[in-house]
Amino acid sequence: MISEQLLYSLAGIGLFGIGLRATLLHHMLIPRLLALNVCGAGVFLIFITIAYAGAESRPDAVPHALVLTGIVVAVSATAMSLALGRRLEALNDE
Amino acid sequence: MIELLWSVFDLSLVLLLLALAWGTCSTRDVMRAVTLFIAMGLLLAIIWARLKAPDLALAEAVIGAGISGALFLSAIKDYPSTITVSHRTPVLQGLINAFTLALVILMSWAVWHGLNMSDGIRLSDQVVAQAPVSGVSNPVTAVLLNFRAYDTLLELAVVLTAVLTVLTLNDRRYSHVVSSPLLQGMTHWLVPLLVVTSGYLLWVGAHAPGGAFQAGAMLAAAMILLQLAFPSRRQQFSLYLVRFLLVIGIFTFVVVGIWMLLLNDVFLAFDPDWAGTLILIIETMATLSIATALALAYLGGRPMGWEEGARNNSASTENEGAG
Amino acid sequence: MTNILAVLAIFSGLFFFLSGSIGLLRLPDIFTRLHALAKADNIGLAFIALGVIMLESDILNNIKIVIIWLLVMAASAISSHLVARHALREHRSDD
Repeated sequence: MISEQLLYSLAGIGLFGIGLRATLLHHMLIPRLLALNVCGAGVFLIFITIAYAGAESRPDAVPHALVLTGIVVAVSATAMSLALGRRLEALNDE
Repeated sequence: MIELLWSVFDLSLVLLLLALAWGTCSTRDVMRAVTLFIAMGLLLAIIWARLKAPDLALAEAVIGAGISGALFLSAIKDYPSTITVSHRTPVLQGLINAFTLALVILMSWAVWHGLNMSDGIRLSDQVVAQAPVSGVSNPVTAVLLNFRAYDTLLELAVVLTAVLTVLTLNDRRYSHVVSSPLLQGMTHWLVPLLVVTSGYLLWVGAHAPGGAFQAGAMLAAAMILLQLAFPSRRQQFSLYLVRFLLVIGIFTFVVVGIWMLLLNDVFLAFDPDWAGTLILIIETMATLSIATALALAYLGGRPMGWEEGARNNSASTENEGAG
Repeated sequence: MTNILAVLAIFSGLFFFLSGSIGLLRLPDIFTRLHALAKADNIGLAFIALGVIMLESDILNNIKIVIIWLLVMAASAISSHLVARHALREHRSDD
């Protein structure tokens, strides 16, 4: 059977591809933000799969810390983009 | 047999994840897209737990699915409910599809060849070897707050910058939620439980999965729950306290760093016997900062009276200068 | 013996979750769907919690699992109530 590392890495790449395609195709803000977050989730999945060392040994802790930072930064960027989008809407309505 | 069952389990997780991602990105209804996104976040938390990353499972469940989901749900309130078809020409759509497909194939080929190489420098052995010196026994916390503390300092700065942007751009969003007595009753029980669990996650991060970010996000979830259960337009707490809490995390981090610079000649170099205590102090202040930041990000902008506080200050100094 | 009982409990939990999901997909209306979800998922979680408690030996972890089960039931009840109230309000405004 296919190894778990390969399976999850391909899943991460698939997530990234799905998110990237949707980001480029949509033109409204919130679907693009959702797709960007899906891209980020794919990247995190690839990272953690690289850190996974099998069922017996401990996983590598450095990518875990990097992805934890990444999750917090992703939610901050999402909050900032939503605020920017709201301001743009208000400016366009004037 | 066990191997086959594990493979079936992994394959079903991956297929469900890809199906949820596809659903999020290609549905026409905004509410459905956000709901599928939250479900995908929870499934991702299960996958982190399967890949032996429990700190990440906690963080993804509370930040990725919880706070992120709440942000999106509150943002689509005044948003058009149907996602309109893109204005891109068919040629451009075909180009985008082809480009994405080529990129995916290229990355898959790279992963196929790259993952076969098992010889590579692994930092995990060095982390496990140095962990007793770091002051905590959870390797992820050791990496996050001791070995790569500078990254975490800059991460707190990123969160602060995002919240400052949110505060500068808009006034807060006032939702027309009609709260329910059931929700209020449950909040009476749930918010103290959330606060205690957040403190537990903060404390236990030193020797088990947990840490400052999960604890901070759980406190932010408690604040969001309070906002949903008791929606009020009046300012509930002092804005000076809010400003103080926003910056206390990064301030403590920098002060500890400079103190270590004066003691040890290197910025953020902890002594092994002080490291545990210093990490706990930094994590506690960071939890308060992250909680306030995420709660303000959910509110969507300046709370009521934010500008009056500043205006009163500047008006009084003008009077003092003139008089 | 305990292992067999635990596996039986977890499989019954899975059956209840499956029936709740089928109800979510097949039932016609939001109120009936909420009914299926709230009832079936709560029982499914109770069975799975029971199975895990039988497999777990540490008493503190077992207490935590019971607390998790109670909290999920409370959260599911409150959110079903809120969704149904919102749907009822929209339903009334249509008529």
